[in-house]
Amino acid sequence: MNLKVAHPSPTTTLNGDASRPNLMVTRRCARRRRLTLPVVRDAELIGGGLADEGLARRLKALACTAPLHDLDARKAKLDWADATVYQMAEIALHTIDQVTIAMDFDTGADHHEVVRRLQPFIAAQAPGRKPDEHLRVGRWVLDNLINVGTADRGFRRVYGSVDANGVYQRRAFDFKLLVELAAPDGEVYLRTTDEAINVLVGALDTDVESAHIAAEVKLENLISRGRLADAKLAAEQARYRTVQYGETLRAKLDATRRDVRAVDWDIEMPEMLDSALSHIESRFRAENAILKNITAARDEAEDVDRKRRAAELVDIVGDCISRHTQLQSRLQAAGATFRAEQDRQQFSGPPQRATIDLFGQLLVPTLELPIADAVAPVEKFFQGSAGLSVPAVPSLSALVSLLLRPAPERDKLVGEVPEPELVPSETLDYYSDEQWRHADELLDLPEVPRRLSGLLAEAREIDPQLARLIALRALHSYSPGVAAAVRQGDDRALLAIDDGTELDDPEFGGADLLLASAFIDRGDSEPGGTS
Amino acid sequence: MSTTGDAEAAARLVSFGMRPKQLPGRDVVYADLVRRYGEDSAFKQLTNAVAAGLGLMVLDVSTQAGAVLAATDESVFEIKMDSYARQSKIRERRETEKVLHGLVHLAAAALGFPRPDDLANDTYIGRVSVEQVDGVVREACRILDERAAKAEENNDPLSGAPELEQAWRAYARRPAAAATKDGRLASDTTRGMVSRALRFLAEQGFLVQVNGEQGGTYRTSPRYQVQVRELAADSAFEELLALGVVSVGDGAGTLRPSVSDTL
Repeated sequence: MNLKVAHPSPTTTLNGDASRPNLMVTRRCARRRRLTLPVVRDAELIGGGLADEGLARRLKALACTAPLHDLDARKAKLDWADATVYQMAEIALHTIDQVTIAMDFDTGADHHEVVRRLQPFIAAQAPGRKPDEHLRVGRWVLDNLINVGTADRGFRRVYGSVDANGVYQRRAFDFKLLVELAAPDGEVYLRTTDEAINVLVGALDTDVESAHIAAEVKLENLISRGRLADAKLAAEQARYRTVQYGETLRAKLDATRRDVRAVDWDIEMPEMLDSALSHIESRFRAENAILKNITAARDEAEDVDRKRRAAELVDIVGDCISRHTQLQSRLQAAGATFRAEQDRQQFSGPPQRATIDLFGQLLVPTLELPIADAVAPVEKFFQGSAGLSVPAVPSLSALVSLLLRPAPERDKLVGEVPEPELVPSETLDYYSDEQWRHADELLDLPEVPRRLSGLLAEAREIDPQLARLIALRALHSYSPGVAAAVRQGDDRALLAIDDGTELDDPEFGGADLLLASAFIDRGDSEPGGTS
Repeated sequence: MSTTGDAEAAARLVSFGMRPKQLPGRDVVYADLVRRYGEDSAFKQLTNAVAAGLGLMVLDVSTQAGAVLAATDESVFEIKMDSYARQSKIRERRETEKVLHGLVHLAAAALGFPRPDDLANDTYIGRVSVEQVDGVVREACRILDERAAKAEENNDPLSGAPELEQAWRAYARRPAAAATKDGRLASDTTRGMVSRALRFLAEQGFLVQVNGEQGGTYRTSPRYQVQVRELAADSAFEELLALGVVSVGDGAGTLRPSVSDTL
């Protein structure tokens, strides 16, 4: 039996787009033409500055840092702690560091492990706070870097660009900093994206290879000059570069495993493997030399601080070397992977009848369609392939067994349960509890109704503010919410009646209301009372 | 010839077809009706008519697959995509959600029958797993992304027109997995969607679970092959043609034995 996972890759199918009569696109083009004519000169002017690709690149790079600034902007709004003491952007960079360091070929960092490693760093920022709070801050930063709570778990920034016709257009740039991936055993782990590595290392849009060499040269220079603090920084940068290099190769090997023809194994891959191997060879030489140098520096150093720094550096370079070893063993196995995949994927007989190439003729063209257009084909396919839904007819015997059935096991899938970040509401209480209590006492009039003027005078003696509350409550009870009082289970409601007497008061004007408490007779839900 | 008896037999064959997990090989009556359908053209017409009256289409009747039926438009037996994709969150765009679910189903079929030949060959049994389906779509997205990156013009999506964003971007942006508090798979991730689709197809008798490796590994059933070949692929292809997306596949499929002497 030939059980394959190979799938044909798109070859002739990806150029159908041009002929597609897409109404929306056509309409937009027409509008663009109209716009372009009168503004040709302006377009030339702005085109000089904005059509520059470098600008778009810089805007994107800038966007990648936005989530970090955002953390510091939002920290004051957290209700579970006064988080203003924490430097959130620092913690975020540290988190990205931790995840990057924990990344190797197969897996990435475990959520809990990352938070645990963050804790000492967070604790150093606010030693007086409880470990629980540190833990929570760590989780909050990690969640925000993943952007938990959105379906895409990523970030989007809008930036502008000028197209070939000189029209300014707003485009969306989607990016992620940390991504979650599932390991073969089903565990979810974290990896740093290229964007994050680039933001972190601060080397945007540079060649991996040359940046790596530059970092190494800098390191050697620094050591020979004895500047160990800078040397440590350079060594760390070299390590991030190493990780990034490994990522590039891992992606290529993964692609090969899915479809040998997705990757050019004729020229590109052998060249890449060769260059990667020779690269590793030179790195080994360089790093071993550095290691020897700093080990010597460590042993010879008199100054305790310098000795410690040198020791740290030895650790980092040692880690680099072990990463290179890992990369090298993967590279050596790459050829075998390719041959095995080729054997597995190439076996194919002649077609027996004409059918559709599901991948090349359906999936890939659909992926290329705009969302609005893609709905129709996928809906048709779904309806065709989903089969029937047979309506269930209830019968007594089936009902009995249905009722006796043990409770179903809980679904393996669960929707995201987002933890809302609530801003505590501002206190709107104008009057204090004390004032409300006084007002309650004054307005408790079970026997004889009283005039508002008398109540106001009495209230003013207790508290000048209280008179206003009494007046407001009297006014409110002129149209009492009897139904609401019944619903709430109150046993009485305040009633105000206007008998035509004018209110004589320095502060308030209007009718001198008669106020009384009306008891609610629950028997027939009708208010009956003393008034 | 007793018409009443024939009508009953035809209706019975249709009702067998509504139970996708029941197979002619395991039921003598079913096998008999399938054989009769193949030999007796009057009975065949009667069965097709009974099915048509119920709002069904007979796609194929064979010993391996049994009676394979499909619902016609607006039939009571039709499964609407809207109800399938309903679980998703309200704040997400409805269309995006539908397209992602549809792409997952398309990819599951594409992986089950990777070459045109596999779809045509009645004895072919494909194998799909959650990991592979997600991997195949992501790989296709990556290739499209590389292609887009190579193109001269900037083709990042326009922020004012989300419906013009290409489907692959929406898929690539959606995370593959996400950690939840109780360690279950989040349903709005692509792996969650794939695993739901495969379990759904298994319930419909189109896939059979082999083991739990790679997030769940399944093999295809002859029924699924008929369903995809006779109906789903063609109707989706027609929609694409209507949109002007013409793709020409060569007879041998897009996978050819590659000759490489470099390694």
